[in-house]
Order: sequence, then structure tokens, then C-alpha cells
Amino acid sequence: KLAQMEEAPLYPGESIKVIAKDVMYICPFMGAISGTLTVTDYRLYIKSIERDPPFVLDVPLGVISRVEKIVAQSHGDNSFGIEIVCKDMRNLRLAYKQEEQSRLEIFENLITRAFPVSNGLPLFAFSYKEKFPVNGWQVYDPMAEYKRQGLPNESWKISRINSTFELCDTYPAILVVPTSVKDDDLSKVAAFRTKGRVPVLSWIHPESQATITRCSQPLVEPNDKHCSEDEKYLQTIMDANAQSHMLIIFDARQNSVAVTNKVKGGGCENKSSYPNVELVFLDIHNINVMRESLRKLKEIVYPTIDEDRWLANIDSTHWLEYIKMLLTGAVRIADKIESGKTSVVVHCGDGWDRTAQLTSLAMLMLDSYYRTIKGFEILIEKEWISFGHQFAVRVGHGDDDHADAERSPIFLQFIDCVWQMTRQFPAAFEFNELFLVTILDHLYSCLFGTFLFNCEQERVKQISTKTVSLWSYVNSQLDDFTNPFYVNYEHHVLYPVASLNYLELWVNYYVRWNPRMRPQVRVVCVWFLFPISYLRLSLTPLKITAQL
Amino acid sequence: MLSKAAGGRPAKPSFVSYVSPEEIHIREPAGKEVNPYLLPGELLLCEASTVFKYVQEDGSNRGTYGKLVCTNFKVAFLGYESASDDNEPQFKNKVIGESDITLHCIDQIYGVYDEKKKSLYGQLKKYPEKLIIYSKDFRVFHFCLRCTKEEEVKRIVSGIVHHSQTPKLLKRLFLFSYASAAPNSPDAKNRTVMFDTFKDWHEELERTKGNVKYEVVSVNEGYRVSEKLPLYFVVPKSFLKSVTESILVHQGRGIPIWCWSCHNGAALLKMSAFPKEQDDSALQMPKLLDGIYKTIHAPPYEVLKMDDLSSSLPSLQDIQTAYTRFKQLFLIDNSIHFWDTDVKWFSLLESTNWLEIIRRCLKKSVEVVEQLERQTTNVLLIEENASDLCCVISSLVQVMMDSYCRTKFGFQSLIQKEWVIGGHSFLDRCNHLRKSDKEEAPVFLLFLDCVWQLVQQYPPAFEFTETYLTVLSDSLYIPIFSTFFFNSQHQKDTIVSGESHNAQSSPFRLLTVWDWSVQFEPKAQALLNNPLYAEKPKPDKSQRKTTRFKHHRQLSLPLTQTKSSPKRGFFREETDHLIKNILGKRISKLINSSEELHSNFREFYDSWHCKPVDFHGLLLPHIEGPEIKVWTQRYLRWIPEAQLLGGGTVAIATKFLDVMEEVQKLQKQMDEEHSQTAPEDADAVPTLRNSARLSSLFPFALLQRHSLKPVLPTSTWKDLEDEEDLAKRDDEFVELSGAD
Repeated sequence: KLAQMEEAPLYPGESIKVIAKDVMYICPFMGAISGTLTVTDYRLYIKSIERDPPFVLDVPLGVISRVEKIVAQSHGDNSFGIEIVCKDMRNLRLAYKQEEQSRLEIFENLITRAFPVSNGLPLFAFSYKEKFPVNGWQVYDPMAEYKRQGLPNESWKISRINSTFELCDTYPAILVVPTSVKDDDLSKVAAFRTKGRVPVLSWIHPESQATITRCSQPLVEPNDKHCSEDEKYLQTIMDANAQSHMLIIFDARQNSVAVTNKVKGGGCENKSSYPNVELVFLDIHNINVMRESLRKLKEIVYPTIDEDRWLANIDSTHWLEYIKMLLTGAVRIADKIESGKTSVVVHCGDGWDRTAQLTSLAMLMLDSYYRTIKGFEILIEKEWISFGHQFAVRVGHGDDDHADAERSPIFLQFIDCVWQMTRQFPAAFEFNELFLVTILDHLYSCLFGTFLFNCEQERVKQISTKTVSLWSYVNSQLDDFTNPFYVNYEHHVLYPVASLNYLELWVNYYVRWNPRMRPQVRVVCVWFLFPISYLRLSLTPLKITAQL
Repeated sequence: MLSKAAGGRPAKPSFVSYVSPEEIHIREPAGKEVNPYLLPGELLLCEASTVFKYVQEDGSNRGTYGKLVCTNFKVAFLGYESASDDNEPQFKNKVIGESDITLHCIDQIYGVYDEKKKSLYGQLKKYPEKLIIYSKDFRVFHFCLRCTKEEEVKRIVSGIVHHSQTPKLLKRLFLFSYASAAPNSPDAKNRTVMFDTFKDWHEELERTKGNVKYEVVSVNEGYRVSEKLPLYFVVPKSFLKSVTESILVHQGRGIPIWCWSCHNGAALLKMSAFPKEQDDSALQMPKLLDGIYKTIHAPPYEVLKMDDLSSSLPSLQDIQTAYTRFKQLFLIDNSIHFWDTDVKWFSLLESTNWLEIIRRCLKKSVEVVEQLERQTTNVLLIEENASDLCCVISSLVQVMMDSYCRTKFGFQSLIQKEWVIGGHSFLDRCNHLRKSDKEEAPVFLLFLDCVWQLVQQYPPAFEFTETYLTVLSDSLYIPIFSTFFFNSQHQKDTIVSGESHNAQSSPFRLLTVWDWSVQFEPKAQALLNNPLYAEKPKPDKSQRKTTRFKHHRQLSLPLTQTKSSPKRGFFREETDHLIKNILGKRISKLINSSEELHSNFREFYDSWHCKPVDFHGLLLPHIEGPEIKVWTQRYLRWIPEAQLLGGGTVAIATKFLDVMEEVQKLQKQMDEEHSQTAPEDADAVPTLRNSARLSSLFPFALLQRHSLKPVLPTSTWKDLEDEEDLAKRDDEFVELSGAD
């Protein structure tokens, strides 16, 4: 009976792997709670009806980055503990009695199910069978999005040269490149750019025709190699914009890093080879620095905040400074496009981390369409998923190598920047904070197919038929994710102020496990919406009777 | 600008970047006459023409020529070119123009000599080519005097320095010349309770149901007992009879004075302590306390907790030091200065300690609330004069516990009761007379900043906006209102009766700051009222539910705790030990025992925060580090770099007003459908259209950014190694000469 009351709810397609009674969850805020533990192929679930109201801990296995056994001896009895380190800013501690037969089962099941990829199992997204009224896989259609931007036009064409992913295996099948560029030359440019990631169009200004193009670093090498096709190609990009006789290349890295990259075969554009090109370095650090910064951040916010040293601690993580650098870079890009009417090329090393952050943030500032719910979904699908941000590698879906140096919170950092913008412009975005938190939760959960795999080529075969899109879920309950204060600032460019005066720690995400830090904004929103919806409701029957 | 930021170290903030105004554009005044607008009683003292005032924007040299004048009320700049009419700000102060600084509002005056900035003080030997004035409301004015005649430079600079910085006599305050010259307007109807009559106190006792155990006394009529105490005050019933003698001996020290009564009968009291050096009084103390216990302890027995604020809170000196450092972070000379400060923002902010002081005051207030609310204990706050931190804590407690204090009139009455009549020494604490720096301490600003923290955490709970608080803080320095220009009720009464005696005409009346129509037109006053204020709800349960979280997130959120044990370090240090001891339910006992040790405060605080907020009930602030914020509107409002076009809370307010209009329309429609009652005229809704182009600093964005270009940092994190501490940097002083 007890077990029944403490049973886990299941999603369609989810199955229970192990159930254990009298497992203790050691909560840093509420002390130890004893209840029934259920491990399924999707979640870890603990419910305790000891407490009133019943206590529930429901964690998708996808958020788990590390599981460790803690064994300790005391009074001749072995007691077992498990420490679970999560990707979403918390750690969980479980403890259970040794004599329980299921003890091995718990640990083993947790390990296998939390890291299915390492154990040769499919991710849960492939078993998930929920049906939603909306099909999120139809949200992003590259042809429709380019058409919205007014493409193709006389200077830019839609190219299918990459339809078999031969030009660049991490790029999407459909690319927008200058009309006059021949496929042969494109291949030569690809050979000169890391991983074949040639400059392609991300966004075009509807009036000035200034463009944001993205790519990877040129393969300059120590001997300062150059590639005439690449030079010509950038010249063509510049010429496509009649308003300016300049092209600005934003290299997201520090100047010194870009130069030392030459030794490894990379580098940055040599000014002498590219006339009329200005090279600007944005001084943004690499993925390892960001990972370390987030690790420090977790240390200072979980489980408790040291109130007395808060400012010094937040300072020591540098997290907000990195956010500031990113926003500054994106504002500069947007400003060049908007006020300078100058086309820009953005790249870092591989062109899928900092480049994606910068282009998508600049597009968010420039184009109010991306500030709607659907537009933001398209922005993520386009700039991040289709252009091969290495989600599987950066997040480490289902992989047990928690120390993998390729993991980094790059996408989280982007969402944080978006949140900072929503704080500065509370009425300019159609979506609310819950929308952003939901995206981040499902970045890790592996419930939906949206953030699985590394690039379009890997996804194309199976994703849309075998998994559900996150946007199916989101778009089926838009009310929950809508900002009640939204005003469509059409055609307004938003420039956030990248000053630490304004940047704050996203408490409702990073510190949300702490019960003292309760989100307050939503309460206000609900209260705010109440009078209108109430009045509308009461007015409808009146209107009907009036018509009769 | 781009290359500067991309390259190495930017230049130090300096004035070198300014090209001299002559090179930019010289516009001769051509005999154009501009005359200052003078208030009744205001006298022009000195003036200088062809002064160039810079527009404060990213180090550019734009600005206007005009006349700089100094009166007995203000320093004002009058531009030769009149501003275009469509640029008229919506939020205009009728008393203080945008280029006016009252003499009391001047914080620091600097002169620039050969590109070096030096503080101006006392008698000057040399006169500067540029004059920089920092005001207490965070405006920074740069005036160039190169085109001004030497004679005029001498007169205006020494005039401003003299009139704003030398000690003054109380009688010389502008207040009095204004009051005797201004036409006597009929008393405006004001619902703010002034607490200067027996009746006001009596009604406050009845409102809080404190009249069971406390009574108003008139023993101090004619200030017989003490000049520090108000004419009327409230003490425990029958208290006076038992200890009248000692009261007279000690001039009112040691009397527990009633502040407020909680709904459960517990009262908040304050008492001024005996000066520590007097041995004699130390002996008297227990005797007196005995008396207090006897009266408050009368059956039914009650508990009284005493809290000596001077030992549990930062000293006035600490507060003054912290604020002096803190305000310097916002007195920004130019764009480079702004971004240099930004690079070291968190460490600079921490080094000021201002936010920590705010946090400690809020925390102390929550502790007092806990004792009153949960333990039903009377609390007696003790401080040397019972008129500084006592005012902060007792007012904060009332704002948190009494929703009446969160209405505009309630809040104003609270300030009258605890601060103005309560005897906070505004004159000394603000150093209005420039007599002694030692007495200066921004205690009232500290209180307003604490209230702002509550306002930003719970916007629907307050009838007023943050703009109201900002404007109130500015009013501290406008010497036409009597409210913040006396040390006590006694001081005010004495001087007013003296002055009236002298002036044979009708008795003059001093203005109160609560008459907002003196400063603002009705349209501007509307911005002081919070459109998000939740009207008092009907006792309806279904409505309460809607304030709860709508979304039960599928990921676990620990929403359901009843008790918590957030003892710091438990998790890290003790878990291993706990795991060692895990043997069934033994562990829960272990944890319970640690809970028992846990302080009442934490439990009360945590359990309150677990429940949904009732905006009309008890309100406790979040006091964790990330929740204590910088009052952006007050401190950043004049900094062009900090403007967000289309952003800030004003964007939400605009949307809200739109919706309110829609609701009113629907309401009207509904009423018409029912066609029973004629629809009432809706309240005036302030118009803030086109929020996309409104600045986040609205309504204070006077220094409009002329372009829509973004602001870009000129320094980046790379400069972090730079150890130079801008806020602490000492300025050189210009040498003082002896006698003139």
C-alpha cells in the first residue's frame, strides 16, 4: 500500500527498472527524508508520504553527470551512500541500508540508465511515446526562414551544394552563399577553413542588405598560407552590400590566441591579403574557461549561499564578466550592421561555439521576429542545431565521462545572455523566464530529440520520426510560456547595456533548488492577468445574450 | 572607440580628452538676456556669463553656453539657447529645474587646473578653468570658465564655494525667507497624519488597538520634561505615575516610548539610554527598568525583550563611511570613468559595505518582527538618543507588519511619527548647516534604501513607486520644506514662534514635503503612484489560490517542505558522518535535534518564505546576498551609459497601463450592458506611450542620449589586474590660505 502511494508517475513509453523502499534522500535544506526510490529508464524518483504534503524528488536521469558510491563503516554495519552530481547546479545524496537485497541493483541500474550511451543503450527520447497536438519538427523550415529574410535575392542564392554533407559534414544541407560564387571555388574555400566551415549567411538586414556571415578560422598555418578563392569570396560578400566598402571580421578570440593557433594549423585572416577588411578581436575565452567558471559558480550557490561573502564570491567566478564580454561582442556586431550598414563575418576557432553565441545574440538584437516564441525556436534550430553546435559533445548526453574536456556550458551561457536581455527589456520578448528554464531543463533531460546529436548530418536519418520535439511540448501550451507584458517592438533594435551594474545572477535558474530563493515574478504575472481574463470571461455571455 | 577597446589599456579617466570648447563651436551670446526664475524670497547673489556647460556624454565636447548664477537658494545654469518646446520633460519639478542645484544639494566642488582635478574649499588663491559640481542627487555638472571674464570667474567660484560650504546659522536657512515672502496659501487638504497633536497619537493608538495598555501623555507640553521629546507621546498606562520623578531628573531618558502595537497586542517600544559616562545614572538604570517591568509586567504577565541597537548594528560612523564610498561609485565624470568602474564592479561594491549594512538592518528588523509576531513579546529598542537606528528599525518593522504603512499616506504618516516628530536630527545628520562633519550620517537614506529593497521584491504590495522614494530622497535637500530641516519638534517650534514674533505680519507657515503639488503637476504626481499596487482583496479563497504557482514543473522543485534545517555546512561536513550512522530511522532523530538548536529566526523566516505571499499581510524581505540590490533608479539615473531605450521597469508599467485602460473599457461595456448604473469616470491614467523609445531611467532621463547608438565598454576584464582603486582615490586639495 505504501509502495503504491509512493509510486512514480510514468510517461508513455517509460518503464520502471528498480524500486527500493526506505531509501533516504539527504536534502541539504530539509534534512534526511525516507521514502521509496524508483529508477526508470527516464527518471530517478523519490516520494515520501512521511511528510505532509508528500515529498517528491523527480530528476530526469539525463541531468546526471556523475554517480559515486560512498561506503562507510559504522557499528559493524555497512551503510551505503550514493552521491549524484548533476549538470543543473545541484548534487543529490542518497543513503540506504546494506542488507537490502536491491542495493546493488539500485546502483547498477542508476549507472546504466543514467549513461545509456556508454552502456550501448538508446537514449530515452527514442522510447518516449507522448502525443502532442502540435508537431514541433515543423517549426523550422530553412527555406521558409530564408524566404522571410527576403532570400534568395540578386546577391545571395540558396545553395544545395552541401545536400550530401560532402562540402562540410557539420553544416546543414541548405546554405546561403553569394550568387556569383561557383561550387568549385566554394570547395577550395572549404579546404582553407577549419572543418570546411565556409562563410555562409546567417542574417541579412532587410533595408541595408548588410549581412552577418559565419564561418570557422582560416587555415593560415605558421607559414602564413593564403587562399585566393577565400580572399575573393570575402570580397564578394563585401560587394553584396552596396552601402559599405568595408567588411569587418569579428574574431571571437583574443588576438594572441588566434595567432598562436597558427602553429596548430589555424590562425586568423592576414590583413595584407584582405584589403578593405577590418579585423576585430572580441577577447572571449574558450570553452575550458567557461566550464571552470560554472564549476566555481556552482560551488558558491549550492547548497547554500554565503551571505556575508556574496559579492566577493560572485566576483571570483567571473561568470558575469564572461556574460558581459559576450553581450558586448554581440552589441558591437549588431551596431556595425545597424548603424554602420557594414557586413560582418564572425568566427572563432571551429565556428560552432562562440560564433553561434555571437551571431544568435546579434540576430536577437536586430530582428524582433526572433523575440517571439516561434522566432526564438527557429533561432535555436537554425544557428545552433542545424549549424552543428556540438550538443552531444558539449553536454555529454548519456555519456559517463564526466571529466571530458569537450564538455562546456556554451549554450547555457547563451540562454543566460538572453535572460539578461529579457531583464533589461521586460516587454520586448514574447516568452517568459519559464520558457528559458524549460529549454535548459530539456537540454539535459534527453526527453526530446531537439538537442540530441552534434549536427544535422547525424540527426537527419532518425530524429524527426523517432523522437518528439521539445517545441511540440512547448507549442501545445503556449500560455505557460508567454510573457504577459509583451509588446511587439517591431523594427526596434535592442541594445542591452553590457555593464555589471545591470547584469545579475540568474537566481531563478542557478539557485532555484534553494527553497529560500523562490521565484517571485510569476506570482505577479498571474495576479496581473487575473482581472483581464476574468472580465473577458464575464463579458462573453453578456455579448451572446445581447445578440439573441 | 572600437579600436580603443580592442587594444590595450584605455587612457585613465581624465579631462585631457576634452578639446577646448572654443574649437568646437563658439556661439556669441550677442547680448542675449537670460534671467533666472526666482522663488519668493530668493535673491541673486552672483553670476557669470559665457559659461560653457558640457553635455555629459561619452567624453564629447558638446554643450551650451549660458549664464551661471548663484542665489541664496540654488546654483543655476541658464542656457542662451532655449530648449525646444517638444523636449519638455514629462516629469518636471516645479521648484528645481534640470540645471538647478540647491545649495544644500551640492556634495563636492572640484576645480580643474592644468588638467588636474582638485577639491575646492575655503578661500581660493587660484581660480580654475573648469568647475565640476557633484550633487547629492547624483548629477555631475561640468562647467568650462575659459571664455568667462576673470572677474566673474572669481565671483562665481568663490560665491558657490562660500554659499554652499561654509557654516550657516539656522535662521539663515532659505526656508525662512521663503516662508515670509511666499503668499500664504490655504492649507492643502492632506491625509498625512502629522503627529503634532494629542488627537493624532490617540487615533494611532486606537487604530493599532494599543489603547488597552498604552496612553498618550501631555507631560511634555511646553517642553517641560525634555527638548528632545515631542510634545505628546505614548507610554505604558500608569507608567508615568510611578516614575515621574526620575523622568524629570533625566530629561526623558529611560522612558520606554511606544512606537506601535501588533495585532496580537505585543508592542514595539523605544528608549534612549543613559549616557554611558554618568555613573550616577547607571545606578538609576536598574531602578527604572524595574519600573518598566512592573508596568509592562502587570498581569497578564508579559515578556519584554531589550535590544541595544548600538551594539547589534553598525555605528553611525560605519554608515557614513560606507555611504561616502558607495556614492562615489555613481559620481561618474565620463564614459571612460564609467567603464573603468564597471570592470571592478563587484569588488568595488563590496568594499563599500553599503549593501551589507542594508542587509543587516533588514535582518535585524525581521528578528524584531519574529519576536513580536510569533513570540508575542514586547520589544524595546535602545539607543543613545533613540532617534537614529531606532527610527530605521521601528519604521522597517512597521512597513513589514502593517500594510497601512505601505500606502502613500500611511508611509508619510510613519515618517512623521518615527522620524520627524520622533526626533531624528535631520539638520545634523544631513549636515544642512555645514557645521560639523562628525554628526553627518545618511540614516534616513539608509531607511529609504531598505524600503526600496522591499518595494523591488514585492512591487504589488506598495501603493507608491520607486520613483516616489527617489523623489522623497531628493526632497531632503530642498530647503523650502520644513520636514527635513530641523533636529526636533522643539527646535522647529522655538524658531517658528521666534520668527513670527519678529515679523509683524501674519504668522508664517512652513511647507511640508507631503504637499506634492508644490513640486509636481498632477500628471507628474501620477508617476508616484504604483499601477501594480494590489488593492486590498476581498476575503475570497478562490482568489488567493490564483496567486499560487500555476506550474508544477515536472522537474523537481522542493516546494513542499514544512520545516527546514539550512544550517550552513551541514551538507558538506556532516553528511559523511551521517551516512556512517545510517541505521534506519536513527538519522531522523539526529536531524531533529539539530533542528531544535536552530534559531527561531531562521525557522520563522524560512517558513514564511515557503508560503504564498499575501501582499496585505506580513511582508518579509529576502535577505540573501543576491537579493540585496543596488537602487538603480536613484544611483544611475543621470548616467547616460546606463540608459536602456525601451527597457527597464517602465516598459512593464506602460504595458500595465494599457491593460488597465482595456479593463476599464471592458468594465464600462459591462456596466452599459447591465445599464443600471451610469459608469463612473475612471481614474486619470498617466500616459506613457511608445515604451519602445522610453528610457529605462524614465522619468529622470534628462540627459538624453542624442544618438540611438549603443554604449560599448571602453575597458574590458583584461584590466582586472589593475589595482588602482577609483572609488578610494584621494583627491588633492587646493591649499588654503590664511585670513583673507
